[in-house]
Amino acid sequence: MRVMAQMGMVMNLDKCIGCSTCSVTCKQAWTNRPGVEYVWFNNVETRPGQGYPRGYEDQEKWKGGWKLDRKGRLRLKAGGRIRKLATIFSNPNLPNVDDYYEPWTYDYDSLLNAPAGDDFPVARPKSLITDKDMKVEWSANWDDDLGGATEHGYKDPIVAKLGDKVKFEFEQAFMFYLPRICEHCINPSCVASCPSGAMYKREEDGIVLVDQDKCRGWRMCVSGCPYKKVYFNHTTGKAEKCTMCYPRLEVGQPTVCSETCVGRLRYLGLVLYDADRVAEAATEPDETKLMAAQKSILLDPRDPEVLAEARRSGIPEDWLEAAQNSPVYDLACRYDVALPLHPEYRTLPMVWYIPPLSPVVDALTETGHDGEDIGNLFGAIDAMRIPIEYLAELFTAGDIDPVNDVLRKLAAMRSHMRTVNLGEAVDPSIAEAVGMTIAEMESMYRLLAIAKYEDRYVIPSAHTEVANALLEELPGCSVDFTSTNGDSSVGEAKPVPVTIESFQLTKQRLEAEHYSDLDHKQ
Amino acid sequence: MSGLDTFLFIVFPYMCLVSLVVGHIWRYRYDQFGWTSRSSQWYESRLLRWASPMFHFGLLFVLMGHFVGLVIPESWTTMVPESLYHLMSAGVGGIAGIVMVIGLIGLIYRRRTTPAVFRATTKSDKLMYVVLGTVIALGLTTTFYWQIIGGGYDYRQTVAVWFRSIFYFNPQAADMASAPVLFQMHAVCAFALFAIWPYTRLVHVFSAPVGYLWRPYIVYRSRDVGGEPGNRGPRPGWDRQGGMSGNRSENNYR
Ligand code: HEM
Ligand code: SF4
Ligand code: SF4
Repeated sequence: MRVMAQMGMVMNLDKCIGCSTCSVTCKQAWTNRPGVEYVWFNNVETRPGQGYPRGYEDQEKWKGGWKLDRKGRLRLKAGGRIRKLATIFSNPNLPNVDDYYEPWTYDYDSLLNAPAGDDFPVARPKSLITDKDMKVEWSANWDDDLGGATEHGYKDPIVAKLGDKVKFEFEQAFMFYLPRICEHCINPSCVASCPSGAMYKREEDGIVLVDQDKCRGWRMCVSGCPYKKVYFNHTTGKAEKCTMCYPRLEVGQPTVCSETCVGRLRYLGLVLYDADRVAEAATEPDETKLMAAQKSILLDPRDPEVLAEARRSGIPEDWLEAAQNSPVYDLACRYDVALPLHPEYRTLPMVWYIPPLSPVVDALTETGHDGEDIGNLFGAIDAMRIPIEYLAELFTAGDIDPVNDVLRKLAAMRSHMRTVNLGEAVDPSIAEAVGMTIAEMESMYRLLAIAKYEDRYVIPSAHTEVANALLEELPGCSVDFTSTNGDSSVGEAKPVPVTIESFQLTKQRLEAEHYSDLDHKQ
Repeated sequence: MSGLDTFLFIVFPYMCLVSLVVGHIWRYRYDQFGWTSRSSQWYESRLLRWASPMFHFGLLFVLMGHFVGLVIPESWTTMVPESLYHLMSAGVGGIAGIVMVIGLIGLIYRRRTTPAVFRATTKSDKLMYVVLGTVIALGLTTTFYWQIIGGGYDYRQTVAVWFRSIFYFNPQAADMASAPVLFQMHAVCAFALFAIWPYTRLVHVFSAPVGYLWRPYIVYRSRDVGGEPGNRGPRPGWDRQGGMSGNRSENNYR
């Protein structure tokens, strides 16, 4: 057993209102620059829908992720090292501007400078790629809220797979939102595809990053990622991707998308996993068992043997404590309600999803039934095959049983909490029907529904001794480090983390004459 | 041998080589971030799909031919009959050259006619294409004029001797001065290309990722590197804002 720590995320899809705040704040933080105009490290897609870039889930076309060869060995779907180098001059699997969309702005100037006249001036759309006039025809979520679904909906690779079972007529349609970021996979095919070795997984927290200095623009990671979450900056000629806001995580703050999420549906936490068994999990022959295989390498952070091994691997105590309080471990392994996105890509993704019960509840209430009655809910889950098959294609490689189990748990929680809230006699059979105790059900409810800030985000900061070197420091020169013996080279004064948003700290920092005047305990 | 010959075949080549070597070292130290193939495939791939592989594969064969012809002394290849050698060099070289040129024309056509690619073309790209295009055009003309139409000129007696002599620091300009003018022009332009090489996107050639063949697929790296904030060690030329970096080594935090 070799224990490694991994930062993970869970998103509770029932709560997503599709407002795209996460996308916008992420964009403002990370990709509001030329060259990445079209890039959304975080995007929110309406499902059914084609997603962004269009139809990215069709791996027969894009060849992202891993596959097993005939002998059951793990291979990059786009081909091994030699094939990668042979196709380096032109990457046959690279999505291009038409698959994402052509970013544009508007010629606002013409509104201000138009001469007085009878016609109302218009701001024409201008391409940010060519500077020319353009026709806006697609974007990162053009099919938002099923817009145009009667025409385009059938291009969703999952809809295509399920055949004409999925209907887009108003009465029969169902939909939900799927916010996506990089999965920070345990077995990342982007890293494996990078010819220069510029991409790496951080040992400490498993965050997958691109070294901007080492990237040589071979653009193999872009096609190697099955989720299409590495992007090509067309100005710098380098790959960029979601960083899981590591500068924030390192000082204990949640990612921008999580922090600003209106639905408060994102959870951040550590999991421990057994690095020696990654290959074993990723090579599970049966695609529908991949999720179980992935869960089997996640280690119980309370198991003394695991803790002993983790300490031997040098994982610090505060991180172990964070792993024990991790909402991600709880939701994925303890309550068993979070599912990985497309486990069949074999990258062992670490952003997990609690599938939405809302299509079921909506259908029930729209037909005048009680959407909180356990019998109705269980009946509807059994009867509504289409949304559930769709969810299964997303989260469990098509196996509907795990999806059913999760939805039944969510349904039971809904019913149980109604009896509690209405002060009715609590019926233990509801929890038992889904294999839980009342206490478990209520603590799951607290995590999912009350979802306090400190329960959602359990983020250990970077090792304090290392963190000092990581944090931004007060501008100033070393002479400001006045220590008692006048020797400035020992640097006893600790740098102040200016990224921590504290009014008092910022004020103090701005007003301080000397570095040593600062109260470092704060 | 005239003063011009001395300049063109001794002074100029050395100036260019100094630029090539010093330029690469300088850029490698100071501009890792700018070191990239600057792929334009994201804008356009229909033309690139055939043009770029044709150009690159053709070019790699042509470069191998240059290696055999210029670097390996003629005496080493005596076991290969002269006629076969000539057939190989003119035949394989000619075909590879044509493939390369078709690819190059495709690439240049694409650069000029695709609005997005044209807008992303820098001054250095334009200069590079002019010089590279000239070198290739002269090289191909030379091959066709002398080796295919003409009966064949044994450049290994003159051009190759001169080329090697440059690297022995004993330049034999007289050998080159006696070669046909097409060869001279091709060689001088090639050295001009070496001179501008490090300042263009051609730097990507020196980072051809052959190490990928041996490296483990998944790369792990510790956050804890270099003692600098962020994920990389200090780089020359990139001082941190705030004036701390100069004293970095004194502030022994850890
Ligand atoms: C063997 C190592 C080489 C590799 C791996 C390589 C790879 C690449 C790649 C990936 C591109 C970007 C193509 C795109 O737009 O997507 C490129 C472009 C280019 N390469 Fe190379 N190359 C190599 C050698 C060379 C050599 C020896 C030359 C010429 C002296 C060269 C000249 C060019 C030029 C001119 C372009 C720009 C094409 C354009 O107009 O977009 N390459 N190369
Ligand atoms: S989801 Fe992220 S870590 Fe996984 S393959 Fe894609 S870019 Fe890499
Ligand atoms: S901010 Fe939250 S609720 Fe809004 S789209 Fe993003 S994930 Fe959904």
